[in-house]
Amino acid sequence: MAAVQDGGSEPEGEKEPQPELPSDGSSAPAATPASKPEEQQQQQQQTLLAVLQFLKRNKLIESVDALRREAGLADEPDEAPGSEAGGGVGGAAAGSADSADASALLSRVAGAAQSGAASAPCNISFSSIVLFIVLSVGGEDQPDVSVVLSAYSQQGDPSLYQVYYSGLKKFIESVLDCHRAELSQLFYPLFVHMYLELVYNNHESEAKAFFEKFSGDQECYYQDDLRVLSGLTKKEHMKGNETLLDFRTSKFVLRISRDSYQLLKRHLQERQNNQIWNIIQEHLYIDIFDGMPRSKSQIDSMSGSLAGEARREANKAKVFYGLLKEPEIEVPLDDEDEEAENEEGKPKKKKPKKDSMGSKSKKQDPNAPQQNRIPLPELKDSDKLDKIMYMKEATKRIRLGPETLPSICFYTFLNVYQGLTAVDFTDDSSLIAGGFADSTVRVWSVTPKKLRKVKSAADLSLIDKESDDVLERIMDEKTASESKILYGHSGPVYGVSFSPDRNYLLSSSEDGTVRLWSLQTFTCLVAYKGHNYPVWDTQFSPYGYYFVSGGHDRVARLWATDHYQPLRMFAGHLGDITCTRFHPNSNYVATGSADRTIRLWDVLNGHCVRVFTGHKGPIHSLAFSPNGKYLASGSTDGRVLLWDLGHGLMIGELKGHTDTVYALKFSRDGEILASGSMDNTVRLWDAFKAFDDVETDDFTAATGHIHLPDNSQELLLGTYLTKATPVIHLHFTRRNLLLAAGSYNSQ
Amino acid sequence: MRSACVMAEERRQKQCSVVLPTESMKAMAESVGVGQLQEDSCVALSEEVSYRIKEIAQDALKFMHHGKRRKLTTSDIDHALKLKNVEPLYGFQSQEFIPFRFASGGGRELHFYEEKEVDLSDIINTPLPRVPLDVSLKAHWLSIDGVQPSIPENPPPATKEQQKKESTEPLKAVKPGQEEEGSIQAKGQSATSAEVKGKEKLRMKPRSTHELSVEQQLYYKEITEACVGSCEAKRAEALQSIATDPGLYQMLPRFSTFISEGVRVNVVQNNLALLIYLMRMVKALMDNPTLYLEKYLHELLPAVVTCIVSKQLCLRPDVDNHWALRDFAARLMAQSCKTFSTTTNNIQSRITKTFTKAWLDDKTQWTTRYGCIAGLSELGADVIKTLIIPRLAVEGARIKAVMEGPVVSNIDKIGADHVQSLLLKHCASVVAKMRPAPDVMEQYRADFGYLGPMLCSHVVKARAQAALQAQTVNRTTLTITQPRPSLSVSQSGGVGGSGGPRTPSIIKVPSSLTLMSTRPATPTQPSPPATKYIVMATSAGAASTQQVITLSSSQSGSPVTSTVPSGSTSLQPLVKLESGGGTVAGSRPLQKYIVVSLPSSSSSSSSLEHKGGTTATSPVTIETSVKSERSESPATHTHSPH
Repeated sequence: MAAVQDGGSEPEGEKEPQPELPSDGSSAPAATPASKPEEQQQQQQQTLLAVLQFLKRNKLIESVDALRREAGLADEPDEAPGSEAGGGVGGAAAGSADSADASALLSRVAGAAQSGAASAPCNISFSSIVLFIVLSVGGEDQPDVSVVLSAYSQQGDPSLYQVYYSGLKKFIESVLDCHRAELSQLFYPLFVHMYLELVYNNHESEAKAFFEKFSGDQECYYQDDLRVLSGLTKKEHMKGNETLLDFRTSKFVLRISRDSYQLLKRHLQERQNNQIWNIIQEHLYIDIFDGMPRSKSQIDSMSGSLAGEARREANKAKVFYGLLKEPEIEVPLDDEDEEAENEEGKPKKKKPKKDSMGSKSKKQDPNAPQQNRIPLPELKDSDKLDKIMYMKEATKRIRLGPETLPSICFYTFLNVYQGLTAVDFTDDSSLIAGGFADSTVRVWSVTPKKLRKVKSAADLSLIDKESDDVLERIMDEKTASESKILYGHSGPVYGVSFSPDRNYLLSSSEDGTVRLWSLQTFTCLVAYKGHNYPVWDTQFSPYGYYFVSGGHDRVARLWATDHYQPLRMFAGHLGDITCTRFHPNSNYVATGSADRTIRLWDVLNGHCVRVFTGHKGPIHSLAFSPNGKYLASGSTDGRVLLWDLGHGLMIGELKGHTDTVYALKFSRDGEILASGSMDNTVRLWDAFKAFDDVETDDFTAATGHIHLPDNSQELLLGTYLTKATPVIHLHFTRRNLLLAAGSYNSQ
Repeated sequence: MRSACVMAEERRQKQCSVVLPTESMKAMAESVGVGQLQEDSCVALSEEVSYRIKEIAQDALKFMHHGKRRKLTTSDIDHALKLKNVEPLYGFQSQEFIPFRFASGGGRELHFYEEKEVDLSDIINTPLPRVPLDVSLKAHWLSIDGVQPSIPENPPPATKEQQKKESTEPLKAVKPGQEEEGSIQAKGQSATSAEVKGKEKLRMKPRSTHELSVEQQLYYKEITEACVGSCEAKRAEALQSIATDPGLYQMLPRFSTFISEGVRVNVVQNNLALLIYLMRMVKALMDNPTLYLEKYLHELLPAVVTCIVSKQLCLRPDVDNHWALRDFAARLMAQSCKTFSTTTNNIQSRITKTFTKAWLDDKTQWTTRYGCIAGLSELGADVIKTLIIPRLAVEGARIKAVMEGPVVSNIDKIGADHVQSLLLKHCASVVAKMRPAPDVMEQYRADFGYLGPMLCSHVVKARAQAALQAQTVNRTTLTITQPRPSLSVSQSGGVGGSGGPRTPSIIKVPSSLTLMSTRPATPTQPSPPATKYIVMATSAGAASTQQVITLSSSQSGSPVTSTVPSGSTSLQPLVKLESGGGTVAGSRPLQKYIVVSLPSSSSSSSSLEHKGGTTATSPVTIETSVKSERSESPATHTHSPH
């Protein structure tokens, strides 16, 4: 069964999700076994309509006809009125159809739509769960560029643009202080759109003058975008310029109080300033709220993203951020070990502790998703053993706090000549993987246990399969070494991730593939092809089997290791996806992007359930707190922001780093947040206090207005300078020892 | 050629509205065979090309960020081109720099990629370069329970600037470790305002304790024992550790007290060997680039001065070579004056006064007299000129009284002899600069009395040596563009050449007793530390200028001598001003400075004079170590930079 959400261009698909949300959100998951036939019928119809609409937009008339014949649709269905004019509603529909039927349909669509873009329909059903496929037309040469740009064809007198803009500027500067900050938000989007209008209409010199006069007024965090704009001086440049398309295809979102908005409206109507009014109407989305206007600092903390703030309703969906119930493991091994412990002379302490842990995991977290909301792989015996190891280690864990800071062990990569691009540790801290600019992936063992390959097939056949130590016998002692090199990629490796069971390693590379490596044979098992452009990051799910990847094509993909095509495509970001992280309960995926937003995606249905704005630079690191409630993000501006997933709010800002934050990690208990940066420091922050300080009352939750306490200095517990070694990765061992990694930079 | 211009443009990305000049377009067009390009098409092309370049540069930046680097490399550009489906630029694979050369001529400016023709046989015959080291992983403790250990893998706990700030502005400075403690405690007391917190910090400062960890205590014990022990190899290691280890900041007060107490006790016991060892420790501490000694000068300087001017430093003053110790300590003193003297502490003037006062006293012993003169003369040519040379006649008379008068005591005679050669050694170079060329014996006698004739011959020798030097090192080793035409060269600190433009001369500075440490590359430092050369130049009337040229040697295996840039004491590079065929002061041509190290012959000759008659006692250890150093240094210096 499949539901198709069709984004004509991926931002559009994202743009107005509200109408469909209820329909697929509620009906689809339940639809699997129990939906009524008529409902199915209707939804099937909707799906068809959506596909038709998509095809038409892409000017694939033949396939439209073919499809119509196939489906027996007599007439052209009604177009959604005004959808094109408003910037284009992604003709989206959702529904459920018979699995085979839908896949047949989709394959035809894919066959016809040879747009060369990354449209990868797929239909994989497993464990009778509905699959949603987000069809997207990726990246560059979108067919409707001319449509998008044509909005600029209407124009006023080019020489008057400066007058209009400075008139508005004068007005905003003259209004009451409380409104000024809010209305000042208008400057940047208006500036951009007026400039683009001038350029589009070939008023090159006017455009240049306009830019020079007013670009200095814009907020400093828009500098990067302004630099792109400044280079764009001709109509021809506008074609294929991604930044420009982002401006055009997505409305810039502003959040303004009703009072301020009225004030602005009245002013513009009095002045008959149609030019500006048109832009506001067409290219801006003004999210009006009732109540007190926001202060400058409140606005500043939330703005900075490529397309303005997130809409309030974008963060309204419920997020099940709780953790999944841990499976109860009762293995006799455990007792044996406890006895062993007893002999060592710590008899009584362990028992109550274990009980308390057990009871904790038995209680179902009200915020947790259904245990089987996402089908998870069955636990193998080896996984159970590992869980037991984990629990044993956990009892020896040091409780961290401001008084007991963790020790930090730093792993320095030497002689890499600036070629180290990615690092990962296994959960039990026994292996380190490094991705390098020379396309290699290297794996080190940091324990005395050396890395060994499995014997060749011929040798394996000689082994007695019944013996107890068969697992030991299959390993080839001759290959034992401290490190292994994995060759296969044809470009720098930007992301590496170990599977939780330590059998696999993922790596993503500039060559557009994600590769799965076996750590038994040290060979490549699969190259997942789907991203056509560099893949910046990849990560395994905490339960294994699934993994997520994101890259330059702005689409994050969810994969399962045994499928060569993605299960989900998360489209909506307006810039490269720079980092991807799985939520601890594996039901959600967070992606950070070069458009300076963070999105949280629901793995079940592919919806974007949270959009976080506030960063002023591309986001390069993300970390979920161990309890799943919070998210930390670090960006090129050196700031770390903290987010509350349940309320969809920013709850903290940690200032201190002076360069890109490449690594973030919470301690195992979530009390300490460690951050590592290009500025050669590891910093430790009091996460407990940061979360504790914030009182999210109903008002802030409802309006999304936040007052951030400026307490970075109090929260900073320690700064540790390395010797010319940027910190690329951080990892807490199960006993809360902090491991850091980076490459020594001799200059 | 096109790519060359493209790449050159990349570096100017910061200016947004920059467009390639149309001349570049013309040059590029010519390079591909398009002769006459219309001006309009040039403009159109250049705008288009500039825009595309910027686009590519922006994409390349992404690759840089994801590569976790701060430097954009050529491979980033290649990848960005690949994104745009453009073929990458082949042949620009250098990791570190973009090898473009700039050329101009005929009103055109051009950046081009220099491709040298290389003879194939050269490549075949040259030995293979060393295989680059493989990637390896090394673990160390960045922090142990929240405290950063002082190990070579970590940066020094308090940088030199911090230490300096702390000693100069004690109220403002807060050490990194203490800062956190302070803020935590402040939080505990629920400080109400920032003001209160600030006050607390101020109050907390004096309470800072210098507790040493067990490891540090062990280290301290080992080091001090090795420094004054009998095993020379161990001592060398210990001194090297003191001179290079970054984490000694905490132990500095202990070392300082150790030295000052050690000198106090051993002067009384006349234990020359121990005094020498202690002075070498001072030298090592001063050499450590991570330490700022100012806070401990009150202990170190008296100890050093003691070793310079003490009446008796050894049990048998007639036999032992305590003179070498005085020389060495004097050099240390000059170095610390140079490094630490400020307008507040006035070290240099106070020291000068002390020396002068002792020297002027008639009752001063020869030993002390020697120390005072050595101390003063190490302070630079300036001091020699103003304080010593005017007194040459008086001092000469005193020496004459001892040498030619009735035999008073052997000790006095030896003392006078040493003072005489010391004066000659230091004054000759200065006098050679002060006086015009023809050196007439009689004139010297008239001016300087008893010492005149000897001084004259020394000056003549100095001039001859300088001329010889000029001939042998006429091959350019290093070229520095120096716009000032009438520069004369002297030791820094001197106001040389007051008499207008003169012929350039070479000033020979006698070699010094330096204890240099060959610094091995630490495990975390794959590249060896750079070699420093010093060029010192003094202009007429202007303050002395000092240039430190750092040449990083490419082979990590080669011995690298690091020297302390402290002018007169540790390193005596000869600086030669080569004016291109009688340069007139008015014109400003390019001038070349050649930096050379002093050949060992001159130094040995002068030091042999001093050593005359010394038996092999303890001070010999210094001499030998110096010699071995010296035999090494020419080799390192002759690594020509180009």
